Amino acid sequence: MMGKRVIFKEKGLPYLLIAPEVILVMAFFIFPAAQALLQSVFREDAFGITRVFVGLENFQRVLSEPLYVRAIWTTLGFALCVAASTMAIALFLSALSTGIGKRAIVYRTVIIAPYAVAPLVAGVMWFFLFSPSVGLISYGLRMVGIRWNHTIIPGQAFFLVVLAASWQRIAYNFLFYLGGMQSIPDSLIESAAIDGASPAVRFWKITFPLLSPTTFFLVIMNFIYTFFETFPVIHQLTQGGPSNATATMVYRIYRDGFRGLDFGGSAAQSVILMAFVVTVVALQFRFAERKVVY
Amino acid sequence: MITDPLRTRVFRHTFLLIGCLVVIFPIYITFVASTLRLEEIFQRPMPFLPGGELFNNYFSAFFVGGRGLGGAQGIGAMVMVQNSAIMAVGITVSKIIISLLSSFGIVFFRFPGRGVAFWLVLFTLMLPVEVRIVPTYQMVSDMGLLNSYPGLIMPLAVSATATFLFRQYFMTIPDELIEAAKMDGATPMRFFRSILVPMSRTPIATLVVIQFVYGWNQYLWPLIATTERRFWTLMIGLSRMLATADHQADWHIVMAITIIAMIPTIIIVLSMQKLFVKGLTESEK
Repeated sequence: MMGKRVIFKEKGLPYLLIAPEVILVMAFFIFPAAQALLQSVFREDAFGITRVFVGLENFQRVLSEPLYVRAIWTTLGFALCVAASTMAIALFLSALSTGIGKRAIVYRTVIIAPYAVAPLVAGVMWFFLFSPSVGLISYGLRMVGIRWNHTIIPGQAFFLVVLAASWQRIAYNFLFYLGGMQSIPDSLIESAAIDGASPAVRFWKITFPLLSPTTFFLVIMNFIYTFFETFPVIHQLTQGGPSNATATMVYRIYRDGFRGLDFGGSAAQSVILMAFVVTVVALQFRFAERKVVY
Repeated sequence: MITDPLRTRVFRHTFLLIGCLVVIFPIYITFVASTLRLEEIFQRPMPFLPGGELFNNYFSAFFVGGRGLGGAQGIGAMVMVQNSAIMAVGITVSKIIISLLSSFGIVFFRFPGRGVAFWLVLFTLMLPVEVRIVPTYQMVSDMGLLNSYPGLIMPLAVSATATFLFRQYFMTIPDELIEAAKMDGATPMRFFRSILVPMSRTPIATLVVIQFVYGWNQYLWPLIATTERRFWTLMIGLSRMLATADHQADWHIVMAITIIAMIPTIIIVLSMQKLFVKGLTESEK
């Protein structure tokens, strides 16, 4: 069902109304996507003068490159770490903040703030704190005997991008968990409390199971976020290094396309990523439909 | 309302406080650094309390700029604030107008291809700019729009979120309203202007907050679509100024610009908190 019973009868006008959106979508979404598909089966020199049809060679080349396979794993690991840490912390904080009455608004306001902070700005601030030469935290770590240098040690670099991305992302998860918790009827929680259930029991037996649609939704949204929107964090903090420890798939598309000028390879990577997005979005649509039916 | 035992209440407040401190800590240190002299920042450890250079640092940040590989010297945050604002406002306004028009067409008219157009638009809009970045760049470059405001705005000027939100909202508008308008002889565009748009104040306001934050915080697209300094947004300026070995960066200026870069969006999000929270949780589900 989409549309209304009573409508306007004009025939040409609706096309005019949707024209701006359709034209922009054609120009900047469909055409580039088709272009990427086309480019992924050609090999082009850096100046775009010659073009040779190579079939699936670009895909073969990309997928057989150990570093690209590693980028896929890095991306998945990154997404997993960010999703798990932000969701656990956001769930914990939103559970704490429901049930303390009006005073919670102060905490909530602070916790929501990083949503407004650009991923790049988050990257800059953590870059400053962990900078091996001027950073306050790297200094503190040295005091307790930990040598911090994320420009050399891959594990530390990975930890740092997860930390900066998560810091920025907790707010988003917090908002959705809070919304979910507020839609749970108070009577449900109260009756459990009268039956003598402790706050922890009430949380695990009632609140958490009722939040499972929110949890599922957030897993998908967090994966999409780490896949795409963390580019600024990585570009600022580590440039994909050291030794590719933080080179995600999107970072590779940027680096191969704009630094390496390997348009064919970059386009093949775009197509691989597009296939991934389409899968995730389709999953999400199916899930959204199911949620409406239930 | 359940009253928790004291122990539980202490537990709640303790951890909420820790959470808030973790959120505030990097912002606070950034602010402190933006009020210090460069030599003070290089002390080990750096001072924990604000210094006396607030005015000087922000003045230089706005009007002079700092050093940097990209030649950031001589370009102040004033230009970057202006560019960020133009980009954010341009994206916000065009997303809202374009989505209002197309949702109006899709909900209030019948025409062949209506359903296809809607789902196609919605589905393709799910492709983030990061995925189609190389072909989009070539497209904009072919159109001669690199280093221009239209080039910065147009590839980001359509929105699945906005289209979807307006469509959902328009569906809830009672048929009687359209009937009444038709009876009074209102043309479709008159109905749109005088009834529909004023009625949609709430979703419009929500989208203004969400899309302004989105536009202001953009990074990858302006990074590749602009090479000239006069088109740098705050995000690009910041990253260019840091594209130097970190012991050479003008940290006091960089930190001042970092604060300048986050203040507008934080103010907007926090002051419109209620509206924004409701809009976000409803529009993305």
